Amino acid sequence: MSEGSVLVQTREMRPAAERRSFIERSLVQLTLVRFREFWREPEAVFWVFIFPILLTTGLGIAFRNRPADVVKVGAVGSQLAGALRSNKTLAVEVLDRAAGEQALRAGRIVLLAVPGAGGAVTYRYDDTNPDGRNAKLLVDRTVQHAAGAHDPVAASDDLVREPGSRYIDFLVPGLLGMNLMGSGVWGLGFGIVDARRRKLLKRLIASPMSRSQYLLSFLLARLVMLYVEVAVLMGFAVLVFGIPLRGSIWELALICLVSALSFSALGLLLASRVQTIEGASGLMNFVMMPMWIFSGVFFSADRFPDMLQPFIRALPLTAVIDALRAQILQGVGLGHLANQLAVITGWLFICFFSALKLFRWR
Amino acid sequence: MPPTPSQLPVCVRGLRKTYKDVVAVDGLDLEVRAGECFGLLGPNGAGKTTTIEICEGLTAQDAGTVELLGMRWETDAGELRQRLGVQLQETQLSEKLTVGETLHLFRSFYRQGPSVAEVISMVQLEEKRGSRVGGLSGGQKQRLAMACALVGDPDLLFLDEPTTGLDPQARRQVWDLIERFKREGRNVILTTHYMDEAERLCDRVAVMDHGKIIALGTPRELIASIVAEHVVEFSVAEGSPVDLAALERLDGVRVARCENGGYAMQVSELHRAVAALFDELAGRRIPLTELRTHSATLEDVFVSLTGRHLRDE
Repeated sequence: MSEGSVLVQTREMRPAAERRSFIERSLVQLTLVRFREFWREPEAVFWVFIFPILLTTGLGIAFRNRPADVVKVGAVGSQLAGALRSNKTLAVEVLDRAAGEQALRAGRIVLLAVPGAGGAVTYRYDDTNPDGRNAKLLVDRTVQHAAGAHDPVAASDDLVREPGSRYIDFLVPGLLGMNLMGSGVWGLGFGIVDARRRKLLKRLIASPMSRSQYLLSFLLARLVMLYVEVAVLMGFAVLVFGIPLRGSIWELALICLVSALSFSALGLLLASRVQTIEGASGLMNFVMMPMWIFSGVFFSADRFPDMLQPFIRALPLTAVIDALRAQILQGVGLGHLANQLAVITGWLFICFFSALKLFRWR
Repeated sequence: MPPTPSQLPVCVRGLRKTYKDVVAVDGLDLEVRAGECFGLLGPNGAGKTTTIEICEGLTAQDAGTVELLGMRWETDAGELRQRLGVQLQETQLSEKLTVGETLHLFRSFYRQGPSVAEVISMVQLEEKRGSRVGGLSGGQKQRLAMACALVGDPDLLFLDEPTTGLDPQARRQVWDLIERFKREGRNVILTTHYMDEAERLCDRVAVMDHGKIIALGTPRELIASIVAEHVVEFSVAEGSPVDLAALERLDGVRVARCENGGYAMQVSELHRAVAALFDELAGRRIPLTELRTHSATLEDVFVSLTGRHLRDE
């Protein structure tokens, strides 16, 4: 029984207090556990790091800026078609009247030009379709010029295709905000609910573990992960899509920090009582769903009716995304983002103090 | 303040706990003496876990006092947590951590105690040190849970149903471990609904039912208290009822009961009772289909006290 005698010895010696190396401290151990649990969960790594990049790539390709599309139109008679072909932005098809009507109905062409008596031309198109109206302007202008019309005012084009005004530029800050919310809420909420479900929380509080250190370890791990996450997504967006970073990096870091704290507090609040993973999952989706829809991740929140705007502006994700877009794309300083930062910190305090009141260790 | 040697490691008085309309613990008194392995034996729902969780500081009692190592939860919670070792009934440790990582974590909470390597060797998990908790067998998980209870070098160890759900070999390994704690002079309180476990491990046993202690003593004393040292169980061919009163009149029989379609008798003198039973059945021409006898156990104590088996529920 050599193991036993070792134990008896230590019991008798009872050192007054141990000197501990950094790694032996409980806060360090607890935080290490958070990292280990994260990295050993392949799904979590996928959703936090890989998914946003896939989404950015997919949407970036789908909505990439292309050269102006050619407009497909039909013309009855080769003479009219010849006149229209002088405009390079028109793709002209020669059709007889019946075939032209059918192509129009099927949407293969957006406008059918029909010559009438005495050189007159009739345009058949749907005026509620912007493409149809656009085609009408182009076709009419080409027809008039071919017949000898002249512009009274000299005008020339100066094309602007600058990074910062493309859809991908709009999208990346939205995805970043969504990611901050997702990993804050899931990261904290799931870890705690899972420990409660396994009765591990109960086991831990039966030990002398400091409860505040336990919660702090989630936060510390979150903050470290936060910067890895932001760096991966922004690095990808800058290198691959040339997203401009017009504001200061430090101010961006600060916005991300406050946002991550705020969403972590929300996660803590949602996890304060729930006993099962299913319950937690439902509750978190219920809370995050309105923000996925209303907060302007994929399109501007301004598109919703005015009546909804006060509600939308009060959502934490709206404030986070607004602040990120202004900071990243326009280089707006923190001083001008006071409203958004106030909303974010407001949520931080409300959630944190409610969580302290509601939290159950069992 | 360190407890003086004369103080009892555990002293519980008038403990009461009610959940909604269910009385879980009903005015319970309990004393554990120094160096003792004390068992709470009873069926599921008897209030064993509630009692032990109140002692562990996890549940607040409605009434009564709990004094552990001369301290109370109300005033010395921090110190008590340092000095108690706890193994809960249903804890699932994090499956993604290794055995070593789990123990390093728990070790970091305590002021003092053996090293992680020492604890791992105590519970004989050396080969599993680097394995994930999720890949351990039930018995290995249970020994890891024990190791987590030992990293703080506890003065008082609480084990809640330490072998429930384990196969026989894993149970014996856990028993060996508990017997080692006993030899080291630790105070151990364990709950169980296995009578063989209580008989083998516990110096004294409190039999609990409906939130109360219905018998208390060493396993030997408890068995002796039902006077009968043996139990005879038999069955007869269907359709030939045996009169219980007639059985109880037999030589050496104390009590007779119907049980699981057969009969059970507590007897003080086995040879005379069995002979008398044969005569009785032969006299009435009732064919005997089954006959078993065994020495009385704590199970029989429970049955004689409550009329029910420990694991009826």
